[in-house]
Amino acid sequence: MEVEAAKLIGAGLATIALAGAGIGIGNIFASYVSAAIRNPSAAPKVFGNVLLGFALTEAIALFALLIAFLILFAF
Amino acid sequence: MAANKGPLHQFEISSFYDISFEGFDISFTNSALSMVISIFIASVIFYLGSKKNSNTPGRLQVLVEMSYDFIANMVRDNVGSGGKVFFPFIFTLFLFILFGNVLGMVPYNFTYTSHIIVTFGLAGFIFIAVTFIGLIKHGISFLKFFVPSGVPYALLPILIPIEIISYFVRPISLSLRLFANMMAGHTMLKVFASFIVLLGFLGGWAPLSLVIILTGFEIMIAVLQAYVFTILCCLYLNDALHLHH
Repeated sequence: MEVEAAKLIGAGLATIALAGAGIGIGNIFASYVSAAIRNPSAAPKVFGNVLLGFALTEAIALFALLIAFLILFAF
Repeated sequence: MAANKGPLHQFEISSFYDISFEGFDISFTNSALSMVISIFIASVIFYLGSKKNSNTPGRLQVLVEMSYDFIANMVRDNVGSGGKVFFPFIFTLFLFILFGNVLGMVPYNFTYTSHIIVTFGLAGFIFIAVTFIGLIKHGISFLKFFVPSGVPYALLPILIPIEIISYFVRPISLSLRLFANMMAGHTMLKVFASFIVLLGFLGGWAPLSLVIILTGFEIMIAVLQAYVFTILCCLYLNDALHLHH
């Protein structure tokens, strides 16, 4: 198999990691919504943690993107 | 049509004036110019906002005071006691990344935080500084940080290497998060913008609406990534100053 074709297949396979990141981000906001419905007055206080959790989980998705870019352009 | 240079062309560094010192290339590049612009704008905003400390503040003074409050509360809540000394640094760090990210959304401006060397310079410096602060404050018992309390002794040979590795991954993940967010965002915008040109007048409205939505999303991501970088630095400082997990 040519190197170029293998690179493209590798980059495509690296995006499978986005499934886990999607589940994680959905999990954060689902638990925030259900907690906010139970205790609406405390919801603004915890929103900062929600944003932090979202950014940390999105970082995992971006690590996968980085691997895809590395496979495509650096090898 | 102009030659298609690809979506990654926007990240290329070009120097305005080549300066070489003892074999090191310290020329003034477009990245450096963009940094100077964002620091200048931040300084002007904060100088003009705090010049006239009136008891009935105008809009700019309210903006400046609100951002001061925001970072002061963040430092107080997350670094805890002994964190007041680090407030100027955290404030500068937050504004540097915020203005870099947000001004990078201006068309034809360069996003200096989209280069791993800039973000790794920031994150590496913070990692080394936080480790030194912890070592100076606690001495050799800083190593107790890697041994969480309440763990049975049998698990320690597995847990301590994991703790050490996850500690050393911190600068990598910190820098990579900001760099990958900025680079991926701008690359995605460039790719979808090229679709507008390719689809022409009739079909171009679909990618145009997508680009508009994505630009708004990217501005939110720009602010959010600055906030996340800063709050993670506050948390790492908290770990170094008060050694409990």
